Amino acid sequence: MLWHRVTLLWPMALCCAIGVAPAVMAASASTAKAAVTSQIEIRNFAFAPKTLTIPAGTRVVWINRDEEPHVVTSAGSLFAPSKGLDTSDSYAVTFSKPGTYAYYCSIHPMMVGTIIVQ
Amino acid sequence: MQNNHDNEAGGRRQFLKCMAWAGAGTLWLMKGGVLHAQPLGDGATASMADASFSFAQISDSHIGFHKEPNMDVVGTLRASVALVNAQAARPDFLLHTGDLTHLSKPEEFDTLAGVMQESHAHKVFYVPGEHDVIGDSGAEFFRRFGERQHAGGWYSFNHRGVHFVGLINVLNLKAGGLGSLGAEQLAWLKQDLASLSAETPLLVFAHMPLWPLYPPWGWGTDDSAEAMSYLRRFGSVSVLNGHVHQIQQKVEGNITFYTARSTAYPQPAPGVGPGPGPMKDVAPGALHRYLGIRDVRHVQGKQALAVTEGVLS
Repeated sequence: MLWHRVTLLWPMALCCAIGVAPAVMAASASTAKAAVTSQIEIRNFAFAPKTLTIPAGTRVVWINRDEEPHVVTSAGSLFAPSKGLDTSDSYAVTFSKPGTYAYYCSIHPMMVGTIIVQ
Repeated sequence: MQNNHDNEAGGRRQFLKCMAWAGAGTLWLMKGGVLHAQPLGDGATASMADASFSFAQISDSHIGFHKEPNMDVVGTLRASVALVNAQAARPDFLLHTGDLTHLSKPEEFDTLAGVMQESHAHKVFYVPGEHDVIGDSGAEFFRRFGERQHAGGWYSFNHRGVHFVGLINVLNLKAGGLGSLGAEQLAWLKQDLASLSAETPLLVFAHMPLWPLYPPWGWGTDDSAEAMSYLRRFGSVSVLNGHVHQIQQKVEGNITFYTARSTAYPQPAPGVGPGPGPMKDVAPGALHRYLGIRDVRHVQGKQALAVTEGVLS
């Protein structure tokens, strides 16, 4: 797979992202190209935006604004699942390959979202 | 009950008392094969007279949660266990219907196990909630609390003429779906019930509601209808769930569904507000009033529930 996973503090989330999971850094050439970041908020048991269209190479950051934990999980295992994200925890995936990536919360499966990589 | 928190400071004492009342759990009395619910601490002693046995249900303790409206979920669970211990007639066992922990962390399971050891009950039966299976599909949960009857974690047992079935509906969940039992578990359930006479009282328990209570919030189980089709021939069936942190009930023929309160925090009524999750703006002193305390009686044959709701003062 061409995806690349890092967990970083996204600038606008910096003030309240205390408790973010330890960074999982994997050196890769794609890191340098991942200049564009898009954020998906998890709030009230929903992903917002529910559908996100991005150019290839974009880093997508999910941040959990709920009091409940959530687990970002790819339908079809096209990218690795997040850990259990507690309040203010975030998770990032860089999407290098064009395609449609459906995902859901594995513990609240009615929560679904789609990332379209162009 | 009134003596449990004598050493607590005023506000905290009041808070704990209210939380204990609001979410302590339910004492279940089996009378002639029909289950009767009794909120703990609410006249349970008198009602025990003609019961053949009782057990207590505790649910959604969410050890590891530490936000409003409950900064001390260990304390409220401990108060619940103490209330069960204080019953004049000791329940035969406890039933924990899931979400023991908030994040499936080993230290959270440790804490939960430690508090449950304070129970005077001889045995605690558990089923996992979705909060107990994060990251490892429940491996740690089943290692600690599983009954080890079947690789999938589900199990059954007989107790004083009643057949109890513990089901798992928080694993292998599908995108866009609800809770799930799965084909393998359903096949087992069918087989497990096959040899029982229709007169055998059944008690089925699982974490997520086994009926479509409120699917937009995930409060249901995709394949529960199939499971219910196996239960319909029995004369007395009770289904106990957790997950929604409030009492909800439904009668369908001879099947009575009941969801339990949480020992940790309340959630809003179905569809009230933008989504499920802890109700943060409940004033501690008003919590019991907000939730109300219900006394539920299940009357076989009449296919109806008589619900009396009172407010503790």
